[in-house]
Amino acid sequence: MSLVLEGVSKIMGGETHIHPTDLELSSGTMNVLLGPTSSGKTSLMRLMAGLDVPNTGKVFWGGKDVTGMRVQDRGVAMVYQQFINYPSMTVYENIASPMRLLGQSKAEIDAAVRKAADLMKLSEMLDRKPLELSGGQQQRCALARALVKDAGLVLLDEPLANLDYKLREELRAEIPKIFEEAGSIFVYATTEPEEALLLGGNTATMWEGRITQFDKTPTVYRQPVDATTARVFSDPPMNFLSVRKAGERVEFGEGQAAPAYGAFAGLADGDYTAGFRPNHLELAKQTGDSMQFTGTLNVTEITGSETFVHLDHHGEAWVGLVHGVRNLEIGSPLTVYLDPKHVYIFGQDGTSVAAASYATAA
Amino acid sequence: MAKITLDNLAHSYLPKPSGEADYALKELNHDWIDGEAYALLGASGCGKSTLLNIISGLLHPSQGRILFDDKDMTHAPTTERNIAQVFQFPVVYDTMSVRDNLAFPLRNRGADPGYIATRVQQIAQMIDMEAQLDHKARGLTADAKQKISLGRGMVREDVNALLFDEPLTVIDPHMKWELRTQLKSLHHEFGHTMIYVTHDQTEALTFADKVVVMYDGRVVQMGTPQELFETPQHTFVGYFIGSPGMNVMEAQLEGDHAIVGGNRIALGQGFGTPKGKIELGVRPEFTALAQGDAGLPIRIKRVEDVGRHKIVRADFQGTEINVIAEEGADISPDLNRIVFDPAGVNIYADSWRVAPLGEPS
Repeated sequence: MSLVLEGVSKIMGGETHIHPTDLELSSGTMNVLLGPTSSGKTSLMRLMAGLDVPNTGKVFWGGKDVTGMRVQDRGVAMVYQQFINYPSMTVYENIASPMRLLGQSKAEIDAAVRKAADLMKLSEMLDRKPLELSGGQQQRCALARALVKDAGLVLLDEPLANLDYKLREELRAEIPKIFEEAGSIFVYATTEPEEALLLGGNTATMWEGRITQFDKTPTVYRQPVDATTARVFSDPPMNFLSVRKAGERVEFGEGQAAPAYGAFAGLADGDYTAGFRPNHLELAKQTGDSMQFTGTLNVTEITGSETFVHLDHHGEAWVGLVHGVRNLEIGSPLTVYLDPKHVYIFGQDGTSVAAASYATAA
Repeated sequence: MAKITLDNLAHSYLPKPSGEADYALKELNHDWIDGEAYALLGASGCGKSTLLNIISGLLHPSQGRILFDDKDMTHAPTTERNIAQVFQFPVVYDTMSVRDNLAFPLRNRGADPGYIATRVQQIAQMIDMEAQLDHKARGLTADAKQKISLGRGMVREDVNALLFDEPLTVIDPHMKWELRTQLKSLHHEFGHTMIYVTHDQTEALTFADKVVVMYDGRVVQMGTPQELFETPQHTFVGYFIGSPGMNVMEAQLEGDHAIVGGNRIALGQGFGTPKGKIELGVRPEFTALAQGDAGLPIRIKRVEDVGRHKIVRADFQGTEINVIAEEGADISPDLNRIVFDPAGVNIYADSWRVAPLGEPS
């Protein structure tokens, strides 16, 4: 089975929430919609579910046109950021409720409920009411209900956003394992790049009502098609630098230059934006090809295992992430190094001109 | 700004607590040093909000005292404590301009208009909102509104402390960076005493000079981020801080070796003969994959590419052990052992860290 969106768009109150979008998702896959608040993740999910009818375009389910078909007739399960359970029912009844609506037999229901409860570590809590559970358990109850429904399409809209950090980390690791077995199409919306990476599968990055890229998650992360995608898929944020390629040199800042190594070597002369991730900035020169920058150190943040350095490089705010604890003088100049193999090059319109060579070599 | 002292402080929400288990906050003695930035870190229900509410005066403790610069404030109302608080959701007056929102605490206290104008301008510069001073708060984004809340918290120069209760929860990841960095520079520049409550380890570790880790109503460790990372005093700290948390496995001690599931691991130092259940704890950052017969035998179950590094999930005699490998590392299926960096190994007895012999206390 597959879900195909063909040129679907959504306009509400004169405002375009989703620009015409094409997307194809297949069974047994985890698909992450990654983007900031209001980038269109929920709007797109509502179109997939049939909660909203698109203004243009069509939705196909297993080759059949389902545009305009009611959500009840589609076999869709949804889990929202807010845990939604029936407070007066036990956990068992909550999980069983969608199957009861479908009129399945007692034995079928019991087997499915117990299996889902086991996967979600709720077996001990089946007789309790949702409000007697912790937040994490309540959300697992909602997830278990989505699982037993055996829906072809399961939509998870920031399901872990209201949970404690540590619980989130554990559920993130479990969710892909659980859903891999189920064979449905999973769509998972999140604002957090780290979550997309941990979930794996495929990622569609979203920005202002558009999908900017859709591919395997590590591919989108390492080979973004444009600067917007790179920005959406970086936390801490990607650093940018305006550069001019001139012959054998790359010029930047106020009269600084570096030899045009790596991806820079093959570029036509002209103006570009270079992008690089914080963890690729180094405090010591690793190779002879490394570019060198000096900025002012504004803030350091020491996490115990790593140090974030916040740098003002000629008015551009940069972040570097280095291993270990570094006690550096705030307000002083700091020199950082960058291996050209970690540099992404974007054209004037933001389109990728050259992906970082370390990413394409692997 | 002031030093804040917690003296034999404890709190139970029950009228007649009968044992330790009835206390949401177990007995605590502590000085919050003037001008330091602290984070209170723990899961929901660990007592961190109870503690914050006692400091701000929203809650009166059932036991003990709270002192500001050695003056007993235990029963003083919130208004007398001169504390500024920033909450999870921005609290701003939508119909007022940004300027009036920032000026509000000063006008309330009848400050001189000339002073108010100068001070508001200063604060607006600090939070980078000078250009929006005359805009109405209505229609601003959540992070802009939260910036106003932060600014209003800092507008009075006579506050004893600034308390933050999960202030970045509703903010998108990219803006979180900006706000947190701003807060950190403001602390560096102005030296307010700050107490920041969160369940998010990244926020706690990056913001604070000292992190107070709470678990089940108790402070299990207070230390610098480096101390929490390198020498977690309790297995809970090892688990709660770090992604993934510390690997913990049952062990026996034999001089300067640990025996783990029949394998001898060199520790490089002795730990004496501590009583109780002995465990070895080692963070994924101090764990590496290997081949041959060193370390522990494992089977690789799964490799997760999380961008700037890889998380390898391995099975050791039915226990999951996590290893962090470099972004470009080649994880060959032939790797069948894990080895530990002895500098990153800690030994626990009944969940509390045992200091190696000769470690200065």
